[in-house]
Amino acid sequence: MKPVRFSHVSVDTIEEAVMILADPQRDARVIAGGQSLMPMLNFRLASPSLLVDLNGIGDLAGISRQETGLRIGAMTRTRDIELSPVVAEHQPLLAAAVPYIAHVPIRNRGTIGGSLSHADPAAEFPALALALDATLTLHGPRAVRQVPAAAFFQGVFETALQPGEILTRIDFPLWPADRRFAFQEYSRRRGDFAIVGVAFWADVRDGLCEACRVVAFGVSDRPVRLSQVEDVLIGRVPGDPEALASAADVMRGSLEPDNDLQASADYRCMLAGELLQRAVRSATEAA
Amino acid sequence: MTGTDKTLIGRSMPRIEDDRLLDGAGCFVDDIVMPGMVHMAILRSSDAHGRIVSIDCSAARLVPGVIDVFTAADWPGELPVIPMRLIPLKSSEPFLQRPLASEKVRYVGEPVAVVIARDRRTAEDALEYLELEIDALEPVVTRDQAESAAGDALLVAEAKSNVSAHYLIGRGDIEDAFARAEVTLKKSFQSHRQTASPLETRGMIADFDRAAGRLTIHGASKVTFFNRIHLARAFDLDTDNVDLIATDVGGGFGVRGELYPEYYLAAEASRRTGRPVKWIEDRREHFTATNHSRDVDCDLEVAALRDGTILGMRGRVRADMGAYVRTNGNVVPAKAAQFLPGPYRVPAFACEVLALMTNKTPVGTYRGPGRIEANFFRERMLDMLADELAMDPATLRLKNLIGEAEMPFDTGDLLPNAQKVVFDSGDYPATFKLLLDECGWQPGAAEPSCERLPDGRRVAIGLACFNESSGGGLYENARIRVAPSGEITVSTGSSSMGQGVETAMCQICAAALSVPPERITVALSSTTLLSDGVGSFHNRSTVMAGSAVGKAARTLLDIARAEAARRLNTAPEGLDYDNGVFSDRDQPDRGIRLAELAAMLSDAGGLDVESRYEQAPLGFSFGAHAARVAVDPGTGDVEVLDYWVVEDVGRVLNPALVEGQTVGGVVQGLGDALFGELVYDDQGQLLTASFADYLLPTSTEVPNIRAVATGDYPSPHNPYGFKGAGEGGIVAVAAAVGNAIARAIGPGCEGPCQTPFHPERIIALLSAAKGKET
Amino acid sequence: MSEPQNLRLNVNGVSCAVSVEPSTSLADVLRQELRLTALHLGCEHGVCGACNVLMDGRAVRACLTLAVQAENADVRTLEGLGDDRIVAVLKQTFREFRALQCGFCTPGILVLAVDLLSGSDAPSEEEVRDVLSGNLCRCTGYQPIIAAIMEAARRLRGVA
Repeated sequence: MKPVRFSHVSVDTIEEAVMILADPQRDARVIAGGQSLMPMLNFRLASPSLLVDLNGIGDLAGISRQETGLRIGAMTRTRDIELSPVVAEHQPLLAAAVPYIAHVPIRNRGTIGGSLSHADPAAEFPALALALDATLTLHGPRAVRQVPAAAFFQGVFETALQPGEILTRIDFPLWPADRRFAFQEYSRRRGDFAIVGVAFWADVRDGLCEACRVVAFGVSDRPVRLSQVEDVLIGRVPGDPEALASAADVMRGSLEPDNDLQASADYRCMLAGELLQRAVRSATEAA
Repeated sequence: MTGTDKTLIGRSMPRIEDDRLLDGAGCFVDDIVMPGMVHMAILRSSDAHGRIVSIDCSAARLVPGVIDVFTAADWPGELPVIPMRLIPLKSSEPFLQRPLASEKVRYVGEPVAVVIARDRRTAEDALEYLELEIDALEPVVTRDQAESAAGDALLVAEAKSNVSAHYLIGRGDIEDAFARAEVTLKKSFQSHRQTASPLETRGMIADFDRAAGRLTIHGASKVTFFNRIHLARAFDLDTDNVDLIATDVGGGFGVRGELYPEYYLAAEASRRTGRPVKWIEDRREHFTATNHSRDVDCDLEVAALRDGTILGMRGRVRADMGAYVRTNGNVVPAKAAQFLPGPYRVPAFACEVLALMTNKTPVGTYRGPGRIEANFFRERMLDMLADELAMDPATLRLKNLIGEAEMPFDTGDLLPNAQKVVFDSGDYPATFKLLLDECGWQPGAAEPSCERLPDGRRVAIGLACFNESSGGGLYENARIRVAPSGEITVSTGSSSMGQGVETAMCQICAAALSVPPERITVALSSTTLLSDGVGSFHNRSTVMAGSAVGKAARTLLDIARAEAARRLNTAPEGLDYDNGVFSDRDQPDRGIRLAELAAMLSDAGGLDVESRYEQAPLGFSFGAHAARVAVDPGTGDVEVLDYWVVEDVGRVLNPALVEGQTVGGVVQGLGDALFGELVYDDQGQLLTASFADYLLPTSTEVPNIRAVATGDYPSPHNPYGFKGAGEGGIVAVAAAVGNAIARAIGPGCEGPCQTPFHPERIIALLSAAKGKET
Repeated sequence: MSEPQNLRLNVNGVSCAVSVEPSTSLADVLRQELRLTALHLGCEHGVCGACNVLMDGRAVRACLTLAVQAENADVRTLEGLGDDRIVAVLKQTFREFRALQCGFCTPGILVLAVDLLSGSDAPSEEEVRDVLSGNLCRCTGYQPIIAAIMEAARRLRGVA
């Protein structure tokens, strides 16, 4: 299980990286933390000619508070997000979910930008970006553009990234201090990719759900926001059993997952409904 | 028995392996580099079944760094046939494997061509340039397909069927038992395909010296002497000129060290190139190249009286053998059938056994071969019978377990090679009661079943009993040498696969020679160390090699005593011996040390004794497991909360080593019962060829385990009274967890009849139970 | 394009020059070029953890890191942690609790435990299990490893 021979260039600036990537002659691929790419290389499922290594670009990593919310550089290690008091305070749903990602040595090296760009439909970061209305900044050869998470994920391992573009940072909007949230995931073992996961938050006014967000992953070719389910919950007492039951019904009915090695489509739908109820209950009980 | 013997046997002596392993200074085969060494990679079939039309190696030969490429057509003379080591059956012979596929490929992963290159990566590069054309045939992937196969679906046309073995075993009058039955129950069970996945993959360095006619293979283990004989035959060498050298190995569990095709391929690669050739299996090829196991189904029927007395059992066992019968493949169906009656009386028993060939990786033994399957089938059946009789499952078991007064217990002829099997000793109900005490189960009282946790999960305990053979393999050799420096070296034909066999041999040798363990060096299983030996499998190392060490020590002390008497000018019986010193009983200041005697005898070869220990019958341990599990009705998740094992392992040599074997075995069993499943699609493609898809248990999925080893019933068949302890931890896990799940789901639920206990299957059982309730 | 590259690596406190193809993993360079064979390759896809090394104090998979990516980093393998107090105590408790059998996974687990115990001096059993779940062991059933790490933490805190 040795990879094909490829070249490697460590770049100092994003411009340099973009320039190399944009050249179709060079058959280049970006490597960030490498925790998804390296296994693919070792299995020879990927065989690029050149790896453009972003690890040397110092200003791509970091977590900072902005007036508009929280900014995380694409090369920020998952473990740093997990251990960050700033993330814990200002994006508690993100903080709650990060420990579900793989294992410590993988989190020590893996990056948020790498995970988002890889776009595994069963991964946590893409679902969180969607649930938290993150904005992704993409650097291309000609322009820098901002893409909302909702438009970024386009299929299994497919994103809005154009040839030559690199994800450089992720901006999360402000998180209201009294927002309630929960993250639920079922996997066979600790740290595995989810069979199904649900990210949930709700703003509750006078006991009623004013706004909420339901995102499921592991149920489609990308993370999915379930606005039909949100509609059932809005205006209701969030933990109300009847509301919950009908939200779960809508959830189960609106998903069309595939059968695969891990689980059948029916099981995934059932699980999504169950995890939704657990998430809503846990979010509302916690308050 | 000397003073040291009393204090050493039964003591948790620290492991002598630990220092080097904790420093990272162990020597595993991939750590070895030899001068001029080159690397081998194997082109493996990516088709499950097909005729080889052509193999074009010309492009691969041109890859810079490639030294040689060969296929079956290049083999000098006939391709050797890889023999059966255990339970050789005539009917299996057409299905034996050769090192390389020649006319047909029969499973994904079958070796087709070999590349030798300056490094592993170059060899892998060259594999991509080999052009293999295969005319695909319909693959056989299920037992049903195998049983009815004809025409192109035959793996070996000349064999005229895909059944490699078909036989009946039994005892007592089965028709009468079912005629007298007040209750009968019939169920179908299935045990899934698994593999041991030792953390170190297989590997070797073959060094063929053509001029000297010598072959040396480093990285060997398990059954070095058997492998040596057959490799010598295949390459037309004197057996003495073939040496297999043991290294540290990263776990065996049955799959490592058997005579696999790669032994022949590495040897041939070295012969052709005249250089040492290293082959380290990578994890992806491990999943298709190393033996699979289990994959047995069974229709089982039980006949009983209303009071719970079991009158008889009859069954039909079908094993999916994969594409070839490997060295120990026949063990799987044979033991799955033999152990069906288990530790219970079962006066009448009949079983039909079928070994079926499919286009999958061949099976062989994996820790507890056949037992896991038989125990799962039978113990699930007993819980269902208990429900049918409205009886407490513990009471039902106590009623039928074999008691001390019935020992020795003749099981009848339950093996295809008609080997007689007798349970030697034990009081099964008494040992089972110890388990019930441990887990707080009161037989006959209202069951402690199915509590509900605050999170809605249902909790229950499941029980399972087993007994387990140990020893076997006819004999084992041990050699003890005393150097004039006083250093003592002990060697056995049994090897260590990481279980602590070195420590065990050191401990027995130190006890037998009455010297401190620090003076003893252990070197195991390399063919250069002894004239002959057998190996490590079937719970045998401590039993067989340990007894051989004891025997060699006694012989060595006899020789030393005679020489000491001569030197001290006294009668041998006038000498006392302790702590390596013979002294004159009448003049205790006159003494002579073993080391001195070794020096004095150096002209006569020193103090150097090799002994063979031969054991006639097997010893049988008995044990019982209890699992407390929580079943999540919302997800189907099964969490094992507590686990208990009580096992009578005969006399306990080293309690900490035994506990380590038991706890490790339980966790391996939990992983197999809950997670690890080798899945094939209908084209015979293995879908689970990585650790991302073949799931092993990790520290977050397993509970703390309480393991109790009783030394209550020593085996009468070996001088120390040992019984094996390597498999008792794993063999009843699927059974106990399956029973716990059934009780957690509750009445109206038939409970799981197949492994693994995937959450989706649990959900199906839960909804079936719900359906019945309403 | 994939000519060998000259790298300067800082391994176990020693600066060393190696010439490797850029597609070579850190694990292969450490094992084959520098003959640091304590770390083992159990899967080469990042699951088993037998190849864990410390990079700038954190445990990472050497099979999922390219050697060229380790330039400028402080790389420590088990061999280079001989003087580390945490490792010394861990080795002692691993011995006492029988936390190894075949020993193939052990170096990777010790390295992981160093990462854990350098960041947390009183981890709960749950935390230890959680961190350890990133490494596979086929022999011990994890129970003695967890006990050994917990006991090492106690000793390092100075609790008798």
